[in-house]
Amino acid sequence: MVIVNGEPKEAAGMTVLELLSSMQLKPERTAVMIGDEILSKPDYGKVLTDGETVEIIGFVGGG
Amino acid sequence: MERIDHMKYLPDMEVLEDSDIGERVVRAMRNYDYSKYTAADVKRALSAEYLSPDDFGALLSPAAEPFLEDMARRATLETHKHFGNSVLLFTPLYISNYCENHCIYCGFNCQNKIRRAKLDEDGIRREMEAIAKTGMEEVLILTGESRKMSDVEYIGRACSIAHEYFKNVGVEVYPMNTDEYAYIHECGADYVTVFQETYDSDRYEQLHLAGHKRIFPYRLNAQERAVRGGMRGVAFAALLGLSDFRKDAFAVGTHAYLIQRKYPHAEISFSCPRLRPIINNDKINPKDVHERQLLQVMCAYRIFMPFAGLTISTRERAGFRDNVVGMCATKISAGVSTGIGSHTEEESAGDSQFEISDTRSLAEVIEAIKGRGLQPVLNDYVYV
Amino acid sequence: MSDKLIIGGHEFSSRFILGSGKFDLDLINAAVEHAGAEIVTLALRRVNSFSGNILEHIPAGVTLLPNTSGARTAEEAYKIARLAREAGCGEFIKIEVIHDSKYLLPDNYETAKACEMLAKDGFIPLPYMYPDLNAARDMVNAGAAAIMPLAAPIGSNQGLATKQFIRILIEEIDLPIIVDAGIGKPSQACEAMEMGAAAIMANTAIATAGNIVEMAKAFKHAIIAGRTAYLAGTGRVLDKASASSPLTGFIRE
Repeated sequence: MVIVNGEPKEAAGMTVLELLSSMQLKPERTAVMIGDEILSKPDYGKVLTDGETVEIIGFVGGG
Repeated sequence: MERIDHMKYLPDMEVLEDSDIGERVVRAMRNYDYSKYTAADVKRALSAEYLSPDDFGALLSPAAEPFLEDMARRATLETHKHFGNSVLLFTPLYISNYCENHCIYCGFNCQNKIRRAKLDEDGIRREMEAIAKTGMEEVLILTGESRKMSDVEYIGRACSIAHEYFKNVGVEVYPMNTDEYAYIHECGADYVTVFQETYDSDRYEQLHLAGHKRIFPYRLNAQERAVRGGMRGVAFAALLGLSDFRKDAFAVGTHAYLIQRKYPHAEISFSCPRLRPIINNDKINPKDVHERQLLQVMCAYRIFMPFAGLTISTRERAGFRDNVVGMCATKISAGVSTGIGSHTEEESAGDSQFEISDTRSLAEVIEAIKGRGLQPVLNDYVYV
Repeated sequence: MSDKLIIGGHEFSSRFILGSGKFDLDLINAAVEHAGAEIVTLALRRVNSFSGNILEHIPAGVTLLPNTSGARTAEEAYKIARLAREAGCGEFIKIEVIHDSKYLLPDNYETAKACEMLAKDGFIPLPYMYPDLNAARDMVNAGAAAIMPLAAPIGSNQGLATKQFIRILIEEIDLPIIVDAGIGKPSQACEAMEMGAAAIMANTAIATAGNIVEMAKAFKHAIIAGRTAYLAGTGRVLDKASASSPLTGFIRE
């Protein structure tokens, strides 16, 4: 199990890119954190492992 | 004698690599064209709540001359708003008239045949004691500009002694490096006055033929170094009459304005000296800067920077000085004698820098101020 | 005459910035099409499938100004800014550090700290702040590219409640002063511009208008009018009353 945005997800073994694409999100317009670390774009091939926490951040309206 | 390059720093002079204030002042002055202003510009400047540097330029222009009465009224309002009825008093004390510079308009210049003298520590103490006895609480220590005859340690020592007798100590000596300012600040000085004389570097070159003082940019950055050295306040001035006085006054205001913006904690003040006759040359005079123009400059400073201090020189006659305190000036000297040792000796040991116009004692000046409904203040400050 | 708004070396023709707190596609269209907005602010949040991507609704050529909303400390603001950059938003960042959930007033102290961290890392920080001169100076020294004082509590539509203090910032700070938050009516935007503000940021005022498109247009014209008046130099008539005895009668020579 990988915790994605607070929800458990069967994502262990997937790369970050695969996870984003499964969520229909564009990697160039999102930011990803694994645990407390911001993942930089060249590292999106990283394979997710069991128990990791992933936050996927994008833009919303906001003053 | 070969004249050295007046724009090139000498080896021991500190360069403020990270500051462009000097260049900005000179550029602003070069671009200042006072002939372009109209009466409408002056009216707009006079009614602006906060004045821009351009508004200040309008108030210094010939177009503002017919509005001198309006300027005086606005200046009086501002002075009252920021200083109330108070007028500060101080005495200048010349401790040495040795000078290594050759400034052709100045009585102290190294080529001028005058009697030279320098007070030793006892002499300084005696003079200060005599001044303090009159009730004075603020002193301004002056020297001719000679690093050899009055070195930084000597000036520091004078500041320490002054600190014993006075609550407030200012210096008007040769420009120093930041660490030297920090040192004399430690000794007790808290205010630094440096007259740039003229901000026109070409004219400056023609007037300052030799000595450290010949180096234009080093003098120009003195106030910034003083503030960085921990001084509470810095004073600015051009010697009106040396060059185009409108341009010089514009440069003085711009200089103070830029220092104030960059160092908002610094206390800013202005002086407004005009050329005076000197020993061995009584032909020197302020040329086109008549009292009317002098008042215009003073009112323009006041309206542009209403919070700044403004000192009225002893070079001016009593009748002029008494009328400008409370209007634009906030500080006036009294009990002035510009000779060396002249506060305690009948005959001073060293000659003075220029002829003074107002020789009244502290008590007489206090009476004159009170007579105008103003409040003489000997000190409004705590050294921390 | 070219009169550009320059922020961190970037030029803009429009002096209207759209906040997108009350996000809605019509609002963005109205602001860009009808009010000429060239800068739109954005916030960062977790995204899930189909939560929709606001970026797809923002026309090309518009500069995105991500903010650090949600941050309660300088460190959090710094983290959010780095996420924004990672998500392809460039170097502009509007710093918002708020740890007051009732009035949503910005924390100037943490904001100045965030400014320093962000400027050092190559960002172009635009701090949203309470109009305090000393804090603004700290932010300038820390590397801010513009100062964004609030006019009134955010979303309040109260107008220029802090007018005198914003005026002091305009007088004393050499960077663009962008009035943010609280502007409720075009007349208030005009007044701020007339006294020398560099730009206006608004959102609620347009988002909650009866007719969004018409209100967007009204803001555009108000901002241009205020700017034009500022550049023209507002004139005033001198006090006619003259003193009974002249002050300058003592002059000789």
